Amino acid sequence: MSPLLPREFADLEPFVATWSLASEADRYEQRMSSSMAEMQAFYDAVAPRADAAIAYCDRFPFDELPEDALRLLHLVYSLITVSFAVEVWLQPRVPDSGSTSLPCFTEPVP
Amino acid sequence: MARFPKPPEGSWTEHFGLGTEPVSYADSTSPAFYEREREAIFGRVWLNVGRVESLPRTGSYFTKELVAAQTSIVVVRDRDNTIRAFYNVCRHRGNKLVWNDDPRAETQGSCRQFVCKYHGWRYQLDGSLAHVQQEHEFFDLDKERHGLVPVHCDVWAGFVFVNLADEPRQTLSEFLGPMVTALEGYPFDRMTSRFAYRATIHANWKLFMDAFAEFYHAPVLHMKQSPEKYSSMARSSGFEAPHYQIDDPHRLVSTTGVRLWETDPQSMKPMERLTRSGLFGPWDKADLGELPSGVNPARCNPWGLDSFQIFPNFVILIWSQGWYLTYHYWPTAYDTHVFEGNVYFLPARTARERVAQEMAAVTFKEFALQDSNTLEATQLMLESGYIDRFHLNDQEVLIRHLHRVVAEWVDAADQPAVPA
Repeated sequence: MSPLLPREFADLEPFVATWSLASEADRYEQRMSSSMAEMQAFYDAVAPRADAAIAYCDRFPFDELPEDALRLLHLVYSLITVSFAVEVWLQPRVPDSGSTSLPCFTEPVP
Repeated sequence: MARFPKPPEGSWTEHFGLGTEPVSYADSTSPAFYEREREAIFGRVWLNVGRVESLPRTGSYFTKELVAAQTSIVVVRDRDNTIRAFYNVCRHRGNKLVWNDDPRAETQGSCRQFVCKYHGWRYQLDGSLAHVQQEHEFFDLDKERHGLVPVHCDVWAGFVFVNLADEPRQTLSEFLGPMVTALEGYPFDRMTSRFAYRATIHANWKLFMDAFAEFYHAPVLHMKQSPEKYSSMARSSGFEAPHYQIDDPHRLVSTTGVRLWETDPQSMKPMERLTRSGLFGPWDKADLGELPSGVNPARCNPWGLDSFQIFPNFVILIWSQGWYLTYHYWPTAYDTHVFEGNVYFLPARTARERVAQEMAAVTFKEFALQDSNTLEATQLMLESGYIDRFHLNDQEVLIRHLHRVVAEWVDAADQPAVPA
């Protein structure tokens, strides 16, 4: 089986199944259904590597990212989604959001 | 003490002659008033239903549910490249012509002809009736006169507008007026990298318009979204806009720019520093070339954003960092509406640009969720009716204007027609 992520990011592979998600809807749903401990662990592992991950992806033309780089980029997108829970709210949901939701139904690919 | 000069009258509110007295929001809690709005406003005003980029080829179409006007329309690019709109109803037995799976949901796609699911009547892209199944069984059916019923449709700056009136009182450009049409030349057409969001909001449509019509709320409602150092400074200084403008029935507010990241990165969150992006957009400004005169009309320097609030339910918000948002508020009842938010950027050329866009879009959603949270709570208590007058400050002047214009349109529609 070929590796899920570029070799220098192999240590992040345990997060791929849960967090390497192509759509905003899936990333947001994963945030809502994760515990803060799970998200803190993901954040602590990926945030220090995010800048290098972006730089890695930018070795390729943006419209021709290899699959392993694309998985890495999707991890960075999830990091952004999770960062609001970890850095700002200290909980998965936006406080006081009650029954409100704001699903994203169109987004740029990739 | 005001940080920015006020108009000679002493306030924006008095400058626009909008009155300074407390206001009523009975127009947002009354089912009867909503019934009047449906006909007086949504039945006769130019409504933006999307952009031409959603109709890239001949035969590209999308449907739009206009619940307030109790109808659905289909918008299509015809063979001659004209954008046309029709009532989305088959002339045979009244079935909804274009829909998919859920008859109440919007849909989009591409076709050579429209075919009714029920009995197979077919219509050309120009609306003409092309085929009737077992035509010889009908009586006196004139196909020439049974095409789809057109809806007035026009395009400005790539924005597709429709008007459900039999004869609109103004052309689209007359209606938009000089303040809005001065945006022509902004590269909307190049900014095709789009994030789109939709939500059902349990509040009257005008209350969400109001929420985004003032930034007085920003330092308080959104204070947790910034590190303490920034939020305490923002709270103590409050919010003032340097420029408001009204070109009836539309309005705008411009704000100054705070490029805090250039002076004090510690006021930013870790993810903002990492992505070089946030609420104001990517820190590395997109190069859009020279912008038209309608952008930043007061020539604020530094400039933050312009929020163009186009009557009745459409907002174009242009950020100085080179991206823009649109908001639409589609009433579905007196106490509910569908909110649509769209975020537009130039297509990302690199992963780093794309990550900065992702951060800006995700931040928009976090803020919008906070903004929409308060609305149901407001609707509930306004409906309780215990208090019927509420103060508005000078930074909330555009709220006064929206409710004033809505009342004027509803009252005007109630006037009996002048006898010839």
